[in-house]
Amino acid sequence: MAIVFQRPHALKETQMHYCPGCTHGIIHRMVAEVIDELGIEGTTIGVSPVGCAYNNYLYFNCDMVQAPHGRAPAVATGIKRVHPDNTVFTYQGDGDLAAIGTAEIVHAANRGEKITTIFINNAIYGMTSGQMAPTTLIGQVTTTSPFGRKPEIEGYPVNVCEMLATLKGAAFVERVSTHDIKNLNKTKRAIKKAFQVQMAGLGFSIVEVLSTCPTNWGMDPVKSLKWVEEKMIPQYPLGNFRGKDLEV
Amino acid sequence: MGEKILMKGNEVIAEAALRAGCRHYFGYPITPQTEVAHYFAKKMPEYGGTFIQAESEIAAMNMVYGAASAGARVMTSSSSPGISLKQEAISYAACAELPAVIVNIVRAGPGLGGILASQCDYFQSTKGGGHGDYRMVVLAPSSVQELYELVVDAFNIADRYRTLCMIMGDGMLGQMMEGVEFSDQEEIFKADKGWAVTGTGMTRENNMITSIYIDPEILEKHNLKLQAKYREITENETRVETYNCDGADIIVAAYGTVARIIKNVIKTAEKEGIKVGLIRPITLWPFPTATFEKYAEVPKAFLSVEMSAGQMVEDVRLSLNGKSPVHFLGRMGGMIPTQKEILEKIREILK
Amino acid sequence: MAQIDIIFSGFGGQGIQAAGKLIAYAGMLENKHVSFLPSYGPEMRGGTSNCHVIVSDDPIGSPILNSATVVMAMNRPSLDKFEKYLEPGGILLVDSSLVNRRPERKDIRVFEIPATQIASDLGNLAFANIVMLGKLIHETGAVSAEYIEKGLKKVLPERKHYLIPDEMKALKIGMEY
Repeated sequence: MAIVFQRPHALKETQMHYCPGCTHGIIHRMVAEVIDELGIEGTTIGVSPVGCAYNNYLYFNCDMVQAPHGRAPAVATGIKRVHPDNTVFTYQGDGDLAAIGTAEIVHAANRGEKITTIFINNAIYGMTSGQMAPTTLIGQVTTTSPFGRKPEIEGYPVNVCEMLATLKGAAFVERVSTHDIKNLNKTKRAIKKAFQVQMAGLGFSIVEVLSTCPTNWGMDPVKSLKWVEEKMIPQYPLGNFRGKDLEV
Repeated sequence: MGEKILMKGNEVIAEAALRAGCRHYFGYPITPQTEVAHYFAKKMPEYGGTFIQAESEIAAMNMVYGAASAGARVMTSSSSPGISLKQEAISYAACAELPAVIVNIVRAGPGLGGILASQCDYFQSTKGGGHGDYRMVVLAPSSVQELYELVVDAFNIADRYRTLCMIMGDGMLGQMMEGVEFSDQEEIFKADKGWAVTGTGMTRENNMITSIYIDPEILEKHNLKLQAKYREITENETRVETYNCDGADIIVAAYGTVARIIKNVIKTAEKEGIKVGLIRPITLWPFPTATFEKYAEVPKAFLSVEMSAGQMVEDVRLSLNGKSPVHFLGRMGGMIPTQKEILEKIREILK
Repeated sequence: MAQIDIIFSGFGGQGIQAAGKLIAYAGMLENKHVSFLPSYGPEMRGGTSNCHVIVSDDPIGSPILNSATVVMAMNRPSLDKFEKYLEPGGILLVDSSLVNRRPERKDIRVFEIPATQIASDLGNLAFANIVMLGKLIHETGAVSAEYIEKGLKKVLPERKHYLIPDEMKALKIGMEY
């Protein structure tokens, strides 16, 4: 009997700890599929964040390092400089990357560090139970913005891709979404290209993935996907911000 | 041994690291240790190594975390306020059992403080600094020659035990020039780093470097393993110099550059008929408790002289455990205890 | 000579650190124990610059000096600051081209050398420190002229070695002043 669908080799046979309807799992799967397709599992080193994905070092079959909160790009820099021929990626959420780790991501990108960052933006802190993130939308209710995010108090949502796209060292910058099949396919293509950009030695690459948090948003999974489409995309327009025409 | 050359302490740190096989350095400028970075920036390309001036001390120490995870000999250096910023990753690296060398050329604090020599980071270095039950080996050289030798040793100790190793000097040691003789060939401990992340090559199970253990039983077990390692280090690596201690009227405890001042005091005191001994801890952790126990009943009193408000003196008291009175003389803010005031203190104690 | 404790002091740019480094290097080449401790920090950017140098037959204790057997003062603030550091019988060398007051202490040996003027006559102001150093080694015997020359070869980059004969000439003038 022909096998038409199976777990990617780069993903371990472990039950993930994510909540029902969370899109972390599917993004993990796409990263693993890309690793399989590029045939780089044996040379890839991943860096886990602090946040919901803190223990995804247990899910991938490649070598993994768990980093301090927000510091994954610096840790990845250390690894990549020791093993320049390996493929190194970080997997970070919006609190990790866009709040506590802002300096690390900006400077890794600016150095043109040859690493790939998968940036999960779900507009909220998940693991610590639903606090406001830098990417939280205006008016969005969280446990630390219980009356909705007010710009005069909490400032505005941070558009990471637009910001990083101003840096010459950032070779490939693209924002994608998980809210339907068409966009999932685009997401996987973007992740693959980001890895290829790294492997071609062209510089830093990042894919921002708009993602859901049904538990902390207080919505069911289907509504959550709708919310990404209707609320998040207007603030975070999809598309490529840098490196669209790179040949890899 | 080669030719004797005159070199600045900070430059010797970098040269020694290169000789010890360190090819990766990550740092951030801060007085009075920046010459370490200058030297690496100039030399690393020759050695095919990596020098990165990081965006912060935090990032620099996390780059160390990454490079150590990847199996490389790696170093960072800084001075007091910068070392405070590194504490997060220091605690993580201690838990993940990553070998690396950290240099602290201590300046006077607290806060931004001043840039002159001090020993006010003794507590921070030997008792934690970062969170959690961890230790790191702390070596305190007192001359430029010893600085060279201890930097090489630090890399070997780090690799042998999978531990962090700190070189704790002060601004004086970093800035001063003295003659130094490098050996033709360093003794390098070759560690099996089968645990490092290098890529599986599809030939082994994947390696994971982590400092998170959510299950309390597993975390306690991991802590017990760390504590066992710290006991082993204490047994094998405690280093101390004793000088003039037999039959001494008073024994002074001092480390680093302060111990040099005591050697002058010893000469002067001798002319007055006072025999002063010196116990100079070379490892501040592990602390040479046994040496203090050994000499506990010899002198009339002990005196700890430090460039701090009194930090090592606590370990001297713990080591002597009430067997002998322990006095303290300290200067702060970048002021250095003078021979004269130390002698006066000794006379006063012995009166 | 058992131990000579020297404080070099002057404006940044007068070659204070260079003079200190040179005598330390020379002493080391002559198989003596030496230490060189610069002042560091904001003083690098103008203002006074000083360094502590010890040349000794025995291993050196503290590299920092609370008093000195020799002070070389190349400007007025240096004289004001360090005259009091001298031990009785100590040696004070003053660049009298630039210092507009006489030393006050009577319990020391004072040598006033118009070093900057001499250097100017030689056609290179940068030699003032070497003129002073000449007098210093002549009066203290800290190191010999031969080893100063060897030291120059170590502290100067290769491309500046052509200056060494002139530096030695300046040193001799200082020694004989």
